[in-house]
Formats: sequence, C-alpha cells, structure tokens
Amino acid sequence: MSVPPKRARPEPVQVVKQRRDAMLQSLVQGVPYIQFLGIQFERHGDELTAVLPYADKLIGNPMIPALHGGVTAAFLEVAAIIELSWTGIWEDMEAGAEPVPRRLPKTIDFNVDYLRSGLPRDAYARARVNRSGRRYASVHVEAWQDNRSRLFAQATGHFLMPLRGEKGE
Amino acid sequence: MPDAPAPPPDQTIKDPRKKIAAQFIAMIPHAGALSMSLTDVGDGEAVITLPYDARLVGDPETGVIHGGAVSALMDTCCGAAVMLHPAAGMGTATIDLRIDYMRPATPGQKITARATCYHVTRSVAFVRAVALDDDTDRPVACATGAFTVERSGK
Repeated sequence: MSVPPKRARPEPVQVVKQRRDAMLQSLVQGVPYIQFLGIQFERHGDELTAVLPYADKLIGNPMIPALHGGVTAAFLEVAAIIELSWTGIWEDMEAGAEPVPRRLPKTIDFNVDYLRSGLPRDAYARARVNRSGRRYASVHVEAWQDNRSRLFAQATGHFLMPLRGEKGE
Repeated sequence: MPDAPAPPPDQTIKDPRKKIAAQFIAMIPHAGALSMSLTDVGDGEAVITLPYDARLVGDPETGVIHGGAVSALMDTCCGAAVMLHPAAGMGTATIDLRIDYMRPATPGQKITARATCYHVTRSVAFVRAVALDDDTDRPVACATGAFTVERSGK
C-alpha cells in the first residue's frame, strides 16, 4: 500500500471565492466614474464580463434612441483597464502572494469601431490582453447586447502599466 | 444619485445655426448628465466644454477625470462638428473614433474640446479634435474619427 503524497489541504471554496470577489470589488468600487456609469463586473474563475445596465442618462440620440458613442467608448475602456489590472492581481493571488494595491494602467490611445448602434438595453463587454509587457500593454475589447456573436462595438487600446510599487507620479 | 437635468440652451445665442446646435446638444441625455455645453461654432467646427465633476474621476488618488469621460466629450464634439458642416445633415453616427491621451487633465479644471470636420464625402465625414484644460499650450488629448453623413431629402 502506497501512502498518498502529502499536500496542503485545499482551502474551502467559499474562502477562495470570497477573497477573489473582495479583491475585484475593491478594484471596481474605488473608481467614481465606474460607479457613475453603473458598470458592474461578473467573474467566472479568472474571466470577467463587464455589464452596463441600461439607464436613460446613457442615451446619445433620443430620437432612435441609441446609447451615446462616448458611453460605448467609456464602457469599453473601463472593461479594458479592469481586465488588465485584474490579470496582474490574479497572477499575484494565484502565486500565493499578497496582491499589493497598484495604480491603474493609464490609457495611451484607444480606438473604437462602432459596428451598429447601441440599443436602449443592457450591454456586455469582455477584454482580452493581447500583450502585457513590463511597461506597455495592448488590449482588445468586444461589446455586445442580446447576441454574443453580433458585436455592437469593438476597440483596441494601448496602456502604460504602473511600475511595481508605484504610488504616484 | 438622480441624473442632472440637461442645462437649458443659452437664450443669448444669436447665430441661428449655433442656437439649433446648442439645442441639439442640450437634448442629448448623456451630454446633459455630464453638463456639457456648446460654447462656439463655425462651418464644420464646434467647441464644447466639460466642467470638472468628482463623479467622473478615474483615479481616486489623483482626482484625474477618467479617459472615458474625455471620450464622451470628444465624441459629442466631433458629432456636433459634422452637424455644423454645410454639406452634412443634422443626423450623424460614429463609425470610428481614435483618441490619444497625451497627459492627465489637471483636476479641478474644465476640459474644452474643439472639433473640426475637415472633409465630407457623400456618405462619410472626417473629423479631428483636440481637448485642452487651462494650460492651452499642452493638449490633454487628440482624437480623429469618421462619422456617417445623413442627408435629408436628397
């Protein structure tokens, strides 16, 4: 009879989930503009989905009516920044290190393609970090409403990453 | 938090085109929520200001306005410039918008965007814009975009 190899007992799932969700909430709730737009983040494992619940103040053209192009751009930019920040925090957490509060990445440029008009209903976005170096990162974001395969906007942005331990300019 | 009502259009505006454009901006719910106001117009040109507001902060440590709010300002201003171009109609939609963020806007200062619609084809308007705070020698952001042209009755 072989003795099973000794390894640390895994943490209870609720403890792990609570730690991850608390970290995500602290990241999102600290930014007034995210609260102003009402953007929320849903997490499944390390995958984030940004949710923009519909509100009348998000309308740009009251005749159609359609979401304001600036709201769409802002929603995509927020999704990209949080994804980028979250990726770094996740790696720290998974490595067992205490995630240190870091400054958010700064947008260098952001390029939005408007594929169809945003309807007056909830919108969703997911970002993919295509390249994240020590100083620069490139992120692609897609946004949809009712149908995941019918994007209403997509964007690519470049970001300046905060230096580790950076607390101000 | 209740949404701020759209500011009433400036009654002192004499230029009828500017008046129509100002009323149009005032009718945009999101422009009202951000308290944007149209301050100047020309042929294919618009100037719109965004007052500093703590709700729009993107970095709570510095109090700097979020890039997304600057995007909303740029998009509104570029759209207004298209509507004010003599060859374009009053309706337009963004096809593509690229924004370069050159520096953080100084907290507490209003941001002013000036957009120029520099070329219009039968169906596309090309626009560029610059955003400034009080230090007008150093732009906060630049934008270039393509917008749809919707001609009425043609």
